[in-house]
Amino acid sequence: MSDDESKVAPADNGAAGAYWRENIRLLISLMVIWFLVSFGAGILFRPFLDQFHIGGFPLGFWFAQQGSIYVFMALIFFYTWKMKRIERKYDLDD
Amino acid sequence: MSTQALIYLFVGLSFALYIGIAIWTRAGSTKEFYVAGGGVHPIANGMATAADWMSAASFISMAGLIAFMGYDGSVYLMGWTGGYVMLALLLAPYLRKFGQFTVPDFIGTRYYSKVARTVAVICLIFISFTYIAGQMRGVGIVFSRFLDVDIELGVIIGMCIVFFYAVLGGMKGITYTQVAQYCVLIFAYMVPAIFISILITGNPIPQLGLGSMVNDGSGMYVLEKLDQSLQLMGFGPYTDGSKSMIDVFCITAALMIGTAGLPHVIVRFFTVPKASDARKSAGWALVFIALLYTTAPAVAAFARLNFNNEVNNTSYEQAPEWFRNWEKNGLIAWVDKNADGKMEIEKGDPFKGAPDFADGTGPNGHRLLTNEIDSENGNEVYVDKDIMVLANPEIAKLPGWVIALVAAGGLAAALSTAAGLLLVISTAVAHDLLKKTFKPDISEKGELLAARVAATAAIVVAGVLGIYPPGWVAQVVAFAFGLAAASLFPAIFMGIFTKGMNKEGAIAGMITGLVFTFSYIAYFKLMNPDANVAENWLFGISPEGIGVIGMVLNFAVALVVAKMTAPPPAEIDALVESIRVPRGAGDAHAH
Repeated sequence: MSDDESKVAPADNGAAGAYWRENIRLLISLMVIWFLVSFGAGILFRPFLDQFHIGGFPLGFWFAQQGSIYVFMALIFFYTWKMKRIERKYDLDD
Repeated sequence: MSTQALIYLFVGLSFALYIGIAIWTRAGSTKEFYVAGGGVHPIANGMATAADWMSAASFISMAGLIAFMGYDGSVYLMGWTGGYVMLALLLAPYLRKFGQFTVPDFIGTRYYSKVARTVAVICLIFISFTYIAGQMRGVGIVFSRFLDVDIELGVIIGMCIVFFYAVLGGMKGITYTQVAQYCVLIFAYMVPAIFISILITGNPIPQLGLGSMVNDGSGMYVLEKLDQSLQLMGFGPYTDGSKSMIDVFCITAALMIGTAGLPHVIVRFFTVPKASDARKSAGWALVFIALLYTTAPAVAAFARLNFNNEVNNTSYEQAPEWFRNWEKNGLIAWVDKNADGKMEIEKGDPFKGAPDFADGTGPNGHRLLTNEIDSENGNEVYVDKDIMVLANPEIAKLPGWVIALVAAGGLAAALSTAAGLLLVISTAVAHDLLKKTFKPDISEKGELLAARVAATAAIVVAGVLGIYPPGWVAQVVAFAFGLAAASLFPAIFMGIFTKGMNKEGAIAGMITGLVFTFSYIAYFKLMNPDANVAENWLFGISPEGIGVIGMVLNFAVALVVAKMTAPPPAEIDALVESIRVPRGAGDAHAH
């Protein structure tokens, strides 16, 4: 699902276009992380990661039931912060 | 004060609080009714979203489900939180910038089509009613166990409360009531979780307790001990699931994408002042949700451990009091297969179907059943997974006020979600069907009245579904997420990110996704439940996860059809341009 963004139509020139392209680049990198911590570490690579432990948690199990959720929160707040900066740069903030 | 008196006190006080807030914040205009005037602070909106989102299922059932599913329960944890990342990054700010009232509003305007709007309304109503019936049932369960009233009367009391603040207050009343309900429910969830974590591991933070050692001197970690005790009973280890990887993958994806496409969640982001606030608000919502969702797996593991310790190989005569209490309510049952007077837990069903109690009691004083015994395994104990959270404080022998708190919390969770859903349904009827489709010249007063009438009707239908739950209710909860993922999400997503998407493509896509997902679930869940095994599934994907395939089909059909038909008109191009930049969001308003 994280590669759906590649279908985006090319944006126009000017500030709005540059803003949108930068937004899309940011979105793609954050959605890749989103995918890696949940579907990656929590599901696809879990059998491999479970041989490592943090405290009493097998690592893959920890990602599935704890870690992915912490990363999700960080992703949203990072995006909020970064977008505000990008919007100021292009003078498009609200 | 007795526990029973405390329960009445806590539940009564919380209800008085909700009604007080409703009177104080009642709505005067359609804008206040639909989107709370568009002026809710992002943190308050985050709390309200969290209460709206966390239903009776999250509060009451989820930890119980995880307790019995182990690793497989992760699908709920990741699925119901990861969707907020998609919401914050891919949908919420743009929908807020768009600035109308509802999801069908967006689809109808972006795809310049009444047909698209109506398809969206149909998806929305189906999704919301499926969901709401479950909430009313949750209200009934809490009332019957804790307040000693019939489930029917419990549902009716719940209906009256919701009626009062949803119909009177609209979105404005609901938002501020939900803020209060969030505080009640999270407090009620955390207090017993912290107590139990201290009891079992000595660590007061449940999230850390789950990774700590059991303080019984065995030197084993909680999960290690749980794996070991379950394997001794013939189960698979707790930290290793029994579902196939592809199924876990697809269910998680369907729940995530479904979350991002649920109308009653999306509409919350129409209530904040600015597009950037919509992002912030989704972040806060996830923080408030994550507090419960990272605690739930700890509660689940502790509850399973406690339950096994207290029940397995204990003679019925020495059964703990809570065991008899819940047996009285019909949510626990015991059959003494080997006639040794002890309750033995093993893998497998104790008997066929749900417990059907006969009159009278057996030689040990337990309730007799008429069910056919399943003699292929040695399991003697039936337990309804829903009770794990509700019974937890009793199992851990916590004081009466904690039990009272849990009762108030469970009701807060069920009522807040029911109210949010009712509002979405009434808005869809009054605004999308009446005002935008059939009777465009209706006055603002008339529309507000229609919204209130629609909300009243929806409450009555929801109540009837709660009192007489059709057998299919529990079976079709998967519908809500699968359908939202397969129908609404792709249409909204492409509406923002694919300028060339036109009405033909979007409508064909929505209908394909909806029909495919609906048929697959209906076939396995309703028409031919016996065939619902992994060998018959498409690519090994269960009906719970099939929404993902529906979504892929939706995208594919939409893109192909859009290629072959006329591109959208120039003003749609301009509309998409304008929702992509946050400046100038202004108020949520009717165009």
